[in-house]
Amino acid sequence: MAVLVYVEHHNGAFKKTAFEAVTYGRKTADSLGVPCVALVLGKADGAGELGRYGASRVLQVQDPALENFDSQVYTAAIAQAVQAAGAKVIVLAHTSNGKALLGRLAAKLDAGSVSGATALPTANNGFRVRKNVFSGKAIAEYELKSEYKVISIAGNSIRPDASGSPVAVESLAANLPAPKIRTLELKRIEGEIPLPEAEVVVSAGRGMKGPENWGIVEDLAKALGATTACSRPVADSGWRPHHEHVGQTGIAIRPNLYIAIGISGAIQHLAGVNNSKVIVVINKDPDAPFFKAADYGVVGDLFEVLPRLTEAVKKMKGS
Amino acid sequence: MKILVCITKTPDTTAPVRFSADNKEYNPAGVAYILNPYDEWYSLVCALELTEKHGGAVTVINVGPADNETLIRKALAIGAADAIRIDANPSSALFVAKQIAGYAKDKGYDAIFCGKETIDYNGAEVGPMIAELLDLPFLSFANHLELDGRKAKVSRDIEGGTEVVEVELPFVLSAAKDLAEQRIPNMMGIMKAKQKPLQVIPPAPFEDKAVIAVYETPPAKSSVRLIDPENMDELVRLLHEEAKII
Ligand SMILES: Cc1cc2nc3c(=O)[nH]c(=O)nc-3n(C[C@H](O)[C@H](O)[C@H](O)COP(=O)(O)OP(=O)(O)OC[C@H]3O[C@@H](n4cnc5c(N)ncnc54)[C@H](O)[C@@H]3O)c2cc1C
Repeated sequence: MAVLVYVEHHNGAFKKTAFEAVTYGRKTADSLGVPCVALVLGKADGAGELGRYGASRVLQVQDPALENFDSQVYTAAIAQAVQAAGAKVIVLAHTSNGKALLGRLAAKLDAGSVSGATALPTANNGFRVRKNVFSGKAIAEYELKSEYKVISIAGNSIRPDASGSPVAVESLAANLPAPKIRTLELKRIEGEIPLPEAEVVVSAGRGMKGPENWGIVEDLAKALGATTACSRPVADSGWRPHHEHVGQTGIAIRPNLYIAIGISGAIQHLAGVNNSKVIVVINKDPDAPFFKAADYGVVGDLFEVLPRLTEAVKKMKGS
Repeated sequence: MKILVCITKTPDTTAPVRFSADNKEYNPAGVAYILNPYDEWYSLVCALELTEKHGGAVTVINVGPADNETLIRKALAIGAADAIRIDANPSSALFVAKQIAGYAKDKGYDAIFCGKETIDYNGAEVGPMIAELLDLPFLSFANHLELDGRKAKVSRDIEGGTEVVEVELPFVLSAAKDLAEQRIPNMMGIMKAKQKPLQVIPPAPFEDKAVIAVYETPPAKSSVRLIDPENMDELVRLLHEEAKII
């Protein structure tokens, strides 16, 4: 038996979500008393570094069919690695590609699955895994009753632990179908931490009045090393790019710190952010609903408060 | 072309979230249900647009009890030609996917559409499961689609960006925001929907592999701590020393 972690990379670079998945796999493997095997698909140098995060073995499949993401081909490769490693528990990061693989693998292996787990499995009362449901208003504990179990873990649910050592990479041969999906274009924002991975998020809403005012939001984000986000009307009006839109119809995030600026805190907005560890709300309306979901609140005009906050952050970071 | 659109119901976002006394079941008392917005606004409407442009018809399919029929009729009022209801409690994602794949496998659909996820459990699992069960390509989180003959060009959401891919029919797709514009059913649509076929079929047996053993409600947040807007040094100090996050 083993735990297999499918480790995603972008052009050979591993992201924080990848390290979180390996650490999660390792801790799960430890609790079951079995090895943790990492699987890397496609070209990526330095996969052996995953040993630092707890992989006792690293398998890598290199095949031209893996050059671009096609969930059908990737699922076939992962399923073959599951057999090769003798794995019964499969762990993936809850990313856009990870979600597609989770469903496919569960169907292929006739497995119980948990999508977006927020905690390590427990085994004293059946194999159980928790996740947030109903926009973070509740937690559901799933029991997985199948031989194979597939889990995707939500970002920021576990702290990557790099206390291990690198291991040798073993290459694995796989028999893969030809891809049916052809990638024509791939656009990722360079140099910025994508929202689902960000630990600090600075988010602004309609209270900003217009796109020309975003400089003060970016200044604060820069001082904090944060990623920027926005409310839906802001994205809908084209003030900010669509991929910054958080909430029920945008993306759901759970950073350590979420700073909401000029956002009223409508329930559909909260649905995407209320699992943040700490929430700071800046709003001139003391009755804005967001204050009910906040840890710290500042009632004031954002155009005055924001530059002051940025200065205070710089002062603290400088000292 | 023939498109099968998977639809489900979810509690309205503003609905109360309560559970049975033993916390083992969701308590639906006083809960208003809606069609899952990703299914209704984007997936269904995109499928309708395709059949309006290229000919063909849209069938909607739901795995659920008889009281879902009001919402199924709404999908018919928006424009689907007919509906299938598999008469069972949708007890897990794999259960639902097996029912839908089992129904669709020999019907020759050109495409099967799902919403990106449901807004209650956010699983995003049923679409890729159907794709795997039917051995079809899967395109998740589609925000734009153009069809040229049998070839589709699809733009999809990925972390911090988009990916544009090309694929031939048939395939399974999950719909994200921007794939289409919400349509409000009109009077004529509502009238016609009453006459459209809604076939009820029994489920195939399947034992769930994943069940919710228990729910928990997180502890209520303590009330907000207000900081003097003149004193942002104090806020930074608290975030640094008390919350320890910067
Ligand atoms: C089905 C559905 C899905 C939705 N999905 C989403 C979603 O995913 N994400 C989302 O964000 N919304 C979503 N919405 C919309 C949501 O209901 C709200 O309308 C939206 O979040 C409001 O955005 P906002 O807070 O930026 O704007 P507003 O509600 O207009 O709030 C602006 C806030 O700025 C404050 N303000 C104004 N000027 C200043 C100033 N000078 N200084 C300080 N504060 C100031 C005001 O007091 C106000 O609280 C959805 C709605 C529906 C019906």
